[in-house]
Amino acid sequence: MEYNEKWPIELELASYHYDEEDETPAVNQVSLQIEKGSFVAVLGHNGSGKSTMAKLMNAIYLPTGGKVMVCGMDTASEDDVWSIRRHAGMVFQNPDNQIVANMVREDVAFGLENLGIPREEMLPRIDEALEAVRMTERAESAPHMLSGGQKQRVAIAGVLAMQPDVIIMDEATAMLDPSGRKDVLKTVRRLNRDKGMTVVWITHYMEEAATADRVVVLDSGKAVMDGTPAQVFSRVEEIKELGLDVPPMAELAMRLRNAGLPLDENILTVADMVKELTTTLCPSKSNI
Amino acid sequence: MLRDITLGQYMPGNTVIHRLDPRTKILLTIVYIAMIFCVSSPVWYVIPLIFVAVCAKLSGITFKQLIKTIKPLRFLLLITFLLNLFFSAGATVLFQWGFIKITKEGLLTAVHFSMRLIFLVAGTSILTLTTSPIALCDGIEVLLKPLSKIGFPSHELAMMMTIALRFIPTLIEEADKIMKAQMARGADFESGNLFKRAKAMVPLLVPLFVSAFRRAGDLAMAMEARCYHGGEGRTRLRVLKFGMIDLYAALITVAALVLTILCGKWFP
Repeated sequence: MEYNEKWPIELELASYHYDEEDETPAVNQVSLQIEKGSFVAVLGHNGSGKSTMAKLMNAIYLPTGGKVMVCGMDTASEDDVWSIRRHAGMVFQNPDNQIVANMVREDVAFGLENLGIPREEMLPRIDEALEAVRMTERAESAPHMLSGGQKQRVAIAGVLAMQPDVIIMDEATAMLDPSGRKDVLKTVRRLNRDKGMTVVWITHYMEEAATADRVVVLDSGKAVMDGTPAQVFSRVEEIKELGLDVPPMAELAMRLRNAGLPLDENILTVADMVKELTTTLCPSKSNI
Repeated sequence: MLRDITLGQYMPGNTVIHRLDPRTKILLTIVYIAMIFCVSSPVWYVIPLIFVAVCAKLSGITFKQLIKTIKPLRFLLLITFLLNLFFSAGATVLFQWGFIKITKEGLLTAVHFSMRLIFLVAGTSILTLTTSPIALCDGIEVLLKPLSKIGFPSHELAMMMTIALRFIPTLIEEADKIMKAQMARGADFESGNLFKRAKAMVPLLVPLFVSAFRRAGDLAMAMEARCYHGGEGRTRLRVLKFGMIDLYAALITVAALVLTILCGKWFP
């Protein structure tokens, strides 16, 4: 297959069985193309296979069926595994269990050390990565002195220093408090916007998915929905059937629509709702 | 209660001794140990005494802190002293009462061995007091590197030590949390005899171990995801550099060793 730079990650009917005798695979024939520079949220409740899918994307797991291509490299080819992991960086769920070194700066250097980057080249890359996640002033701190959100930002910096094409956030906010979650999301959004970093954001929080360019919903290892947040969340009933929540405003909009108000389907946030209601209910005011 | 721990004995500072390369300090500690074993009679402990005193002075370690490092050894010291005192063979009897006999030779040996122990511990403590655990790890890794040619896992050993140091605060925090959770369910860690208290630790240790193994699995995956594949072809952010002070320190220590040997030869 020719590598098309537009799609750094491509899944072709990829499946993954944890156990060979297992009837139902954790990921079941998923085909997906992640567009360069996009922010893709992957949603699903526990056991939907979303985390397994993330691990297929940087050759931690190899597909038991189908194919996964990362930047034109097949994850099944053993020679490319380190190159694949450099191109598709991964941030994991538990902030404590992915920091290796005793100092922030040295942890960011860990990936570079593994790649055998010369020291002179490491230093600017580390500074740049720390600056990108706004952790420069904590460069000399010990990891256990940081908050959960800060630790995740250090983990992001560690991935960034390796200059990847894609960052995969494997439920990286699941163990954080609300402010830490916001903090990490903001950091990654900024990387996506300012540096054009491709992001795969695995989560079960609706409000995080609502800010993505594209939402893929997984259920029992299958991709059941795929589209813009507005397209996906307007299908309120189906989402609820999958055991997922809908952003409150999307649900309110649906109820109002059912009650006869002609509201738009793209309402996800309070701001959207206010704007829509003003235009629908008081057309005169909206002109002001 | 578990919060206020310090890793090892390290006293941060920026003195000449602190600034020495960890490799120098480790090697010179070995030279120092050799020096102790070259002391031939109790009188010549004056050389290591001066050596330790100068090192302590230079590194800002107080006499009190040095005594503190010997304190855990007090029983061992006492036993060593008494055993040597009573059970050494000798002709010159100083004191006899029944079957208890103290000879001049016995007394000298007792003092000699006790001094040897004290100086061993006090001197090597200067290494751990002035070198951070991480610097020690780095030093050990580089010093053991030649052994990797014959299959000794020097890089793996250093990586394991680094990770262990990194996770000590994390695991302590976790132990604290589990302890509180168990106490909230009525576990009693503080009363009863030693055996009872040891038994009470089981509901703390089992979850702690389980979680440590889970962490280890997670960490291994995270390390692999960041392209860790052993020590081969790896570069380092931290590099160790020898300076002029390392040379001076080496010269002084070796001179002290030579002096000790010569003193033993000339004035036994």
